[in-house]
This record gives sequence, C-alpha cells and structure tokens, in this order.
Amino acid sequence: MSSKSFVRPPPARRLLAAACFAIFVCSAPQVAAQELSDLQADEPVETVEPDNRVTGGKLLLTAGVSQIEGAGGGGLTPWALIGGYGESSQFGASAFYTRVDVDDYSLDSYGALVGFHDRIELSVSRQVFDTEAVGAALGLGRGFEIRQDTLGVKVKLFGDAILEQDRWLPQVSLGVQRKRNDRGALVRAIGADSDSGTDVYLSATKLYLSQGVLVNGTLRYTEANQFGILGFGGDRRDGHSLQFEGSVAYLLNRTLAVGAEYRTKPDNLNIATEDDVWDVFLAWTPNRHVALTVAYVDLGNIVIRDRQRGVYASLQVGF
Amino acid sequence: MRHTIPTFLRSAAVLIAGTVFMAASSLAAAQSTPQPVERTPGAADPAPVHAELAGVFEDFGGRAGLDALMDEFMTILLADPRMRPFFEKVEHDRVKRQLAEQFCAILGGGCVYTGRDMVEAHGAHRIDRADFNALVEDLQIAMNRRGIPFRAQNKLLAVLAPMHREVINR
Repeated sequence: MSSKSFVRPPPARRLLAAACFAIFVCSAPQVAAQELSDLQADEPVETVEPDNRVTGGKLLLTAGVSQIEGAGGGGLTPWALIGGYGESSQFGASAFYTRVDVDDYSLDSYGALVGFHDRIELSVSRQVFDTEAVGAALGLGRGFEIRQDTLGVKVKLFGDAILEQDRWLPQVSLGVQRKRNDRGALVRAIGADSDSGTDVYLSATKLYLSQGVLVNGTLRYTEANQFGILGFGGDRRDGHSLQFEGSVAYLLNRTLAVGAEYRTKPDNLNIATEDDVWDVFLAWTPNRHVALTVAYVDLGNIVIRDRQRGVYASLQVGF
Repeated sequence: MRHTIPTFLRSAAVLIAGTVFMAASSLAAAQSTPQPVERTPGAADPAPVHAELAGVFEDFGGRAGLDALMDEFMTILLADPRMRPFFEKVEHDRVKRQLAEQFCAILGGGCVYTGRDMVEAHGAHRIDRADFNALVEDLQIAMNRRGIPFRAQNKLLAVLAPMHREVINR
C-alpha cells in the first residue's frame, strides 16, 4: 500500500559501498601509524599541537562496536555511546562487516557510521538474510535472500558513561532506526503488515570502572519481525511494542572484553513464533582503528527451524 | 701555570658543592615539613584518601613502586606527541614527585600531597577531553609496563576520572 509509493534509491547501495571503502582506506595508514607509535612509544617523536587533532580522542573500547543494524553498541543491541573515536570537539567514523552463521540460515550485515562531537551518530547499513536450504523447502528457491536497508540516528541526551565514575547516572541516548526490506510481496504473504518500519530506542550505558564492568540497557519500541527481515507488524499482533535489550561486558584488559547480550523481540506473525535472542561475545580492539568481535549466538526459532544457533563474527575499521 | 688549573678546579668544586648543599638542604627542609598548599575556593580535594584501596597501594608496589611508575609515565608522556607540549617545559622531577604523592595519598599510603589543586595545577594549559583521555591512556601503558594488575589500575582510575571536571577547561 503505502510501501508501493516508496521509490528505492539505486545509488544508496553504491553510496554505502563507497563510504565503507573510504573509511577502510582512511583507516589503513592510521592502523600502521598507531602500531608503529605503540611499538616505539619510548622514542622521541615530532611535536604536534594537540589542538589540531580532529579525531581519535576517545579511550580504547569506549566507542563500542557496530551492532547488527549498524548503530554503535554491542553485537545485538545499540549502546548510548556514540560510535567512532571522535571526542566532544571531534568526529569519528567506522565501517563494519558482520556475519552470523546459524544452523539453517546466515545473515550478513555491513555498513558505516559517523559520530559528530560525541553527540550525534548517523549510520547506514544493509542486512542480507540467506534462507539457504530452507528457501528451497519453502518453494522460494535455495539461497533465496531477503535484504534490508537500515538508516539510523542516535543522539546523546545526557550523562557520561566513562569519566563520571563517582556518579551512578548512566549516559542516555535516544535513537531511531528506519528499516525497509526488499521483499514486500513475500513478507505480506506470510502475514506482515509492511516491508518498512521504524524502531525508536532509548539506551542507557555505564562503565563501572572499579568493577571493570560495562552495563547497557535499551528499550526499543518496534514492530519489526526478526529485526525487520520478515517485515513489520503482523496478523497475530499489529503495531509497535516495547522490547528490552541488555548487555554486560567485563573488561579483561585495555583491549579485550567478554560479555553477554539479550534482546527480546515482538511475536507478530501467526506463521511462526519468534524467540528472544542472546549471545556471549569476545571483543578485541588492539587499537582505535580495528575491532574484532566473535560470539556464540542463539537466534531461537526462525520460521520453520527451531534453535538457530551459531557463530557471530564482526570486523570494524575506523577512527 | 701548573697551579692555576687546580686552583680554578678547587674554587669550582667549592662553588658546586655549596650549591648542591644549599639545594639539598632546602629540598630536605621542604620534604621534612610537607604541607598541602592553599586550595582554590570550591575546588575538590585533589588527593581524597580512599583507605579501602590500601590493597591497591600494595599492588602498585607502595611508594617506591609509584616513584618507579612515574619515571615510566613521564618517559611515555614526553614521547607522546599529544602530551609532550604539556609536559616538556615543566620540572619533571617535581611533577613526578607530586603525582606519586597524590596517588599514594589517594591509595591510603599515608603520603601528603604537596601539589596544587586540580584547577590551579592545570590552569596554564588549555585541556579538552581528548587531551585528558590521552593522558589516561599513557598512564595505562605505564601501569602495564610496571606490571600493575588491570583491576588495581581501574580502581585508581575510577578515583582519578571524576577529576576531569576540574582538569578539562575547554
């Protein structure tokens, strides 16, 4: 209906690819420089005025990684932290590629984000869901794919997650994710109301440094089925509902964190039940330009397959 | 001719010895009566004692460990292009001593911090959050090189981090 009037901008995909490529290219020499300066930290280097630096002001790990829908956060859930390593007078950016490989399906996600003045974060990403053999079983064809594009905005409202260690108050951010998938006819056929939808979320994040623990809680107001892969709204339940997402990360050292996440989801479709998802992860940021996350993830039931568990791996590059 | 050089050396030696003695005695006098200096009105205590962190003080190797940490820290600060402009012109020995005193006092080690409050101590510099974080990072590298356990590092950093309110001034 209303989605018919949606004109898909073909340059969006190319723009996204170009942005990812640009961030990667910009990051590569910085990665080399950073590693060099780490190795040669006790050798004299040329003086640079600190005022000239336009990025890289945040502490390691405090930019988070890129969550599955492209926002700065953990793997499954957005955090209140603004992505990229730009501090309050700087900017930062990152690009990511994530692969989730569970028993009967796989999901690839890639995208980029830009953070301005540690205040506003803009993100763009694409999720590609591969039905593998299930596609054939459903008569869609083996390896039938559903693609979804997500545009995100996040604004830091108040609080400070990292430096305000004598205050309990977390950093709180408000975000929006506008999603649209490319299989409108299919998702309506299985009972969804629309191929596009908007999630609104409120995230609260705090690092409890004495304990070495980072805690995040996110409330998401959404009507997305399976993140939006199976459309929005449904024949069992239509309209938005409030969902909860939580992350806990334990810092092992300056570059390494382990943790777990849990995300509840709506259950809007009659065709299949939709479960909550969780993961346990290990994130490694050797420097401000590379972050590698591996996780064991449980996506629960997806259409005709139960207990979809497997591996999550994500690479982020940026500054 | 052969006597003039030793004469010159003697007077030079006397002069140097005298200077060293005066410097040493004034330093000793200063150290024997450590007094916290006047604070900016409204400024927070720059060295709040956390007696519960006495175990962390041991992890840092006591006062001797903190002195060694500051040698490492200053070396890293001066090699860091982000931090060198702030530290190259200061008296390194004084800053190292006062930082060791400050950390020692905070960690319940019984030292008296003789430096200025955080507003006063940083007033001559324009410092933003990126600068503050860069210093934290260098301190983390120094603590790692000294083999200080990560959990102990974080317990100290958690006390230092709120000082950003008085250190950051732009």
